[in-house]
Amino acid sequence: MSPVTGGAFALATVGKVVLFFSVLMLAVMFATIFERKVCGFMQDRSGPNRVGPWGLLQVIADGLKNLLKEETMPEQAIRPFFLLAPVLAILPATILFAVIPFASPLPTQWGLVEMIVADVPIGFLYVLAIGSIGVYGVAMGGWASGSKYSLLGGLRGSAQMVSYEVALALSLVPLILLTGDVRAPEIVSMQQTFTAGPATYATWFVFPLLVGLFFFFVSGLAETNRLPFDMPEAEAELITGYHTEYSAMKFSMFMIGEFAHVITVAALVTVFFLGGWDIPFWQGDNIRVLSDGTVIGEPTWWKTLLTLGAFGVKTSLLVLVFVWIRWTLPRFRYDQLMDLGWKFMLEAVTVYILVIAFVILGIEAVGIPAGGWYAFVLFLVNLALAGVLFFAMDRGTLIRGGAKGAKSAGGEAAGQGG
Amino acid sequence: MPGDVKVVERPRAESSYVRAAAKGMSITMRHLLSPNKKTQQYPDEKWELAPRTRGTHRMAVHEDGRAKCVACGLCPTVCPVNCIKLVPAEDENGERYAAIYEIDEFRCIFCGYCQEVCPVEAIHLGVHYENAEYSRERWVYDLERLVEQEHPVTALWDPQDPASQ
Repeated sequence: MSPVTGGAFALATVGKVVLFFSVLMLAVMFATIFERKVCGFMQDRSGPNRVGPWGLLQVIADGLKNLLKEETMPEQAIRPFFLLAPVLAILPATILFAVIPFASPLPTQWGLVEMIVADVPIGFLYVLAIGSIGVYGVAMGGWASGSKYSLLGGLRGSAQMVSYEVALALSLVPLILLTGDVRAPEIVSMQQTFTAGPATYATWFVFPLLVGLFFFFVSGLAETNRLPFDMPEAEAELITGYHTEYSAMKFSMFMIGEFAHVITVAALVTVFFLGGWDIPFWQGDNIRVLSDGTVIGEPTWWKTLLTLGAFGVKTSLLVLVFVWIRWTLPRFRYDQLMDLGWKFMLEAVTVYILVIAFVILGIEAVGIPAGGWYAFVLFLVNLALAGVLFFAMDRGTLIRGGAKGAKSAGGEAAGQGG
Repeated sequence: MPGDVKVVERPRAESSYVRAAAKGMSITMRHLLSPNKKTQQYPDEKWELAPRTRGTHRMAVHEDGRAKCVACGLCPTVCPVNCIKLVPAEDENGERYAAIYEIDEFRCIFCGYCQEVCPVEAIHLGVHYENAEYSRERWVYDLERLVEQEHPVTALWDPQDPASQ
């Protein structure tokens, strides 16, 4: 069976877009109730439980409330940009999902439908490009509101997002070194085991790129403006930052954008490091579509459903981690945040890329073919690096007072004791 | 470092961000999984109030349903916020009764002096607190309404510990 072409392809794509967008919006709705429930449980409360079973319909009540509330338009706001900002906040997070493969290919009578909205050849470069548009929503919302609190929040937010974008992009470079391909479906296939076709690594990239996952996740936290990096929304200092002047549905759209972003980052971590839709310890779901249209493995509809479930479970668990972190860690001070981004993450990621590049060179010089052993050697290297990293981070030099940090600024990145 | 600021070096275990963060994460996860939630589902389940809780007033009645109040005027006198309005009257037998007896529950500070001072144990505070109303006028309780109240009356002292020790 070969991939669908022509009219069937167009139809399948439209179907996937509609289906996937609605699923994402539903997921966002339930992410809000999920967050509130988890936060309640963590504080020994029961969370919202009045509307519907377990309070599940609370989201609908909230949505209705937001639709019916008055939309305020500040006199000093710059109207077109004020209206555009919420759209820009919500847009990148949703269209990012287009390149995320969420299940194994589905066989139909017209051909094989790949479960990805747009399998673009530039793959996650698209992710990085679109991801950086998110900063416009924050900066524009802050500036167009015509309020000093909003402006400060927007400035902080854009500075933070731009800073961590660098580390976010760089933390994916080792992934390219390993896969040699930036297409997301190919990255998923690389983490599975096949008996035929080009060599793969037979293990999730969380093992050979453990430290990379850490960097990606931390940068992802900063990108989504979630605690402990929620500077743009620091209520105590900035009322609520860039969306101070927004009300009703426009405010709600910022929130939807934030949650969509969280789900997107969780999905990206799943695809890049946790095997995407791969079901662990079972080789039956390993299906690969090569670029020339050859299909390896046996796609069936129930495998598509199962893998979709696996993808959902992994993504939800990662969203739980996001929420867990949010309700545990306090916010960083702004200078600590910038120090961490520029003086630690950037250098550490660069060093990490170099180390991985040299190790890969070494492995290939020794002559280990791409596969399980290749990944195992990288895993050992990563364990050692993780040890060094956490030893350095544990020295109390990373996050501390500005004056002390400034004195030993050079030593911080290298992880020397301050 | 400007001036003579004393920098106190704390031990690693105290100043480490990683360890503190890990500890915090474990604490929140423990609470997340713990089934012991503290939320009280308020309108469904309510507090068990102490017998000395001072809340909404209540007027004690004789067996025939008349209010016990003899309109002596002690409670409006002792009331620190002047929330009791009393107009005395006398019936054909020469017995005094309250023609108008109103308590403004908005003004009341629930000190309980009226109950303490009452010579015939007529006015009481009650173990009751849910008295929200849609208008301010409804907060002025007249005699009829005070008689209608059915909640238990406040105990002036704890029966187990009369001397308050």
